Amino acid sequence: MKTKLAGLSFLFKDTLTTIATVMMSIFIGAAIFAPWLAPFPKEGAGETNVDNIYIGPGWHHLLGTDELGRDLLSRIIYGARPALLIALAVVGFAAIIGTLLGLIAGYRGGWIDNIIMRVSELFLSFPPLLLSLVAVTFLGPGLVNALIALIISWWPWYARLIRVEASIVRSKPYVEISAAMGVPDRIIIVRHILRNVTTPLIVQIAADLGTVILAAGSLAFIGLGAQPPSADWGLMVAQGRNLIFDQWWISTFSGLAIFLAVLSFNIIGDALRDHFDPRIARQ
Amino acid sequence: MRILWNRLSSALLVLCAASFITFTLARVIPSDPALAYIGPKATAADSAKLRITLGLDQPIPVQYFKYVWQTLHGNWGYSLSTKQPVLQEIINRLPATLELIFFAMSFAVIFGVAMGVYAAKYRGRLQDSVIRIVAIAGVSMPAFWLGLLLQMLFAGRLTWFPATGQFDIDLKYDNPISKVTGFPIFDSIITGNFAATVNGLHHMVLPALTLSAYSFGLLSRMARANLLEVMSQDYIKVARAYGLSERLVFFKLALRNALPPIITVTGLSTAYLITGTFFVEQVYNWPGIGSFAVNSLLSIDYPAIMGITLLAAVGYLVINFIVDLIHAKLDPRVWMR
Repeated sequence: MKTKLAGLSFLFKDTLTTIATVMMSIFIGAAIFAPWLAPFPKEGAGETNVDNIYIGPGWHHLLGTDELGRDLLSRIIYGARPALLIALAVVGFAAIIGTLLGLIAGYRGGWIDNIIMRVSELFLSFPPLLLSLVAVTFLGPGLVNALIALIISWWPWYARLIRVEASIVRSKPYVEISAAMGVPDRIIIVRHILRNVTTPLIVQIAADLGTVILAAGSLAFIGLGAQPPSADWGLMVAQGRNLIFDQWWISTFSGLAIFLAVLSFNIIGDALRDHFDPRIARQ
Repeated sequence: MRILWNRLSSALLVLCAASFITFTLARVIPSDPALAYIGPKATAADSAKLRITLGLDQPIPVQYFKYVWQTLHGNWGYSLSTKQPVLQEIINRLPATLELIFFAMSFAVIFGVAMGVYAAKYRGRLQDSVIRIVAIAGVSMPAFWLGLLLQMLFAGRLTWFPATGQFDIDLKYDNPISKVTGFPIFDSIITGNFAATVNGLHHMVLPALTLSAYSFGLLSRMARANLLEVMSQDYIKVARAYGLSERLVFFKLALRNALPPIITVTGLSTAYLITGTFFVEQVYNWPGIGSFAVNSLLSIDYPAIMGITLLAAVGYLVINFIVDLIHAKLDPRVWMR
């Protein structure tokens, strides 16, 4: 496991993956160093400049300015922060909740397994994202509520994934022997089961990061995610929506940021899956 | 038969549960649904009266059973924003959405599978790489953004297609569509209203393309991966060794056996389209369920939200059920399980 992760060469295995890795690094860098990277940091953080509204892309403002005269490039750089934050938080919490419940279900079996699985099936009986949309409506729009709403519809996937893996490992002879020898459940779960579910968990997390950015962007676009004046990509696409025929750059570049972020996460997710599952990679 | 019965009973269970979740979200979580109904300016006496009319003073379980009972009897409540019966709104708007999904899905299946097959055939070559990039771009594309880009380019700059709407506004005066089934394009075809058909299809192109991007990408990825997996099986090698023509091996043996997972993904991505229509219809001002859903969500129109959620859960269930049936048809082993 350790040796596999130590070699990060799979991030550069072909041209496409290398480009994706570079793009992802740029987004992460933008999120962390936004105040230093943004050409107009104050405008990126929200300060308006009404003398400069709707300037097209050019030398002074590379991607133009928005309806409040703010430099769009700076806004997009600042927008990397909520995007990456929400991706990490949603996937992180969903993975923690799902893993805990999945481990319990897969290891214990019986009625508790039944209950956990029925409940997760229930959550999965709605089309993707619908439950999040409804939940965020009743919780009230906003970044944090969008985050909670997305966790609500994401955890069952992890519970199911981990449960399957856990119950496979559970029935392996060496685990049964450990249990028969009186090794406490806690230690079996941590030492044998958790260690064996790490790989599918990592692959799933990597595959989900991009999807969460897309989902959060969609919520913000229809007005249920981050609220003005925050610098949020989905929100910025929405704000430029009615100007698309004239001030086309606002929606175009904000949406491009979402697209490129999702794309690079998805390509890296693919590379990670191929790396851990050579059966698919051979093809 | 037994398996069919099992599936149906579990479907029923899911529906009960889905209605329960919907109910919980709409009635239990908001602090005062009556306030949402009549607005923040209402007097305390008015909202107390309304609580009794709406049955909100009764215990939650009683409210829930009442809700189920009324839903089963076609009383889905009144939309708070349009003041129309929710069921009527849904019936009026469903055909537009189903036609959109139909065209988007047809496009995605035909071109997605064809692209996947093509990529598998030219594995490792330039064609394969190009299709791989297009496919992964398709699944990474925010539908609302793609919609805006297509509008800007093909409606704004090139004026090849209309930017919004389902038909031209003057169509209903010049060539009104007589209502037969309620599906506008279908009705225009069977009544021989050629002008309306052309106009409808013209309006359909951009929204359908936008909606299909995700499914297109997903399907071509899956088709390629499954085909390659089947092609590496021993019986394909044997068939080749026997000297069967490459065309026969590829289409008759490989493609047929790669089909079941492709159908699963088709079903899955149709389910994605249900929520996909929310964003696409919003961008294109499409008079369907999706735009109704977004407006209801934004105005916290909870009877409408409950109705739409339930409808979507039923739709999802039906899609999964159909996928299972097709699976069983293609792979008789499914019946044995």
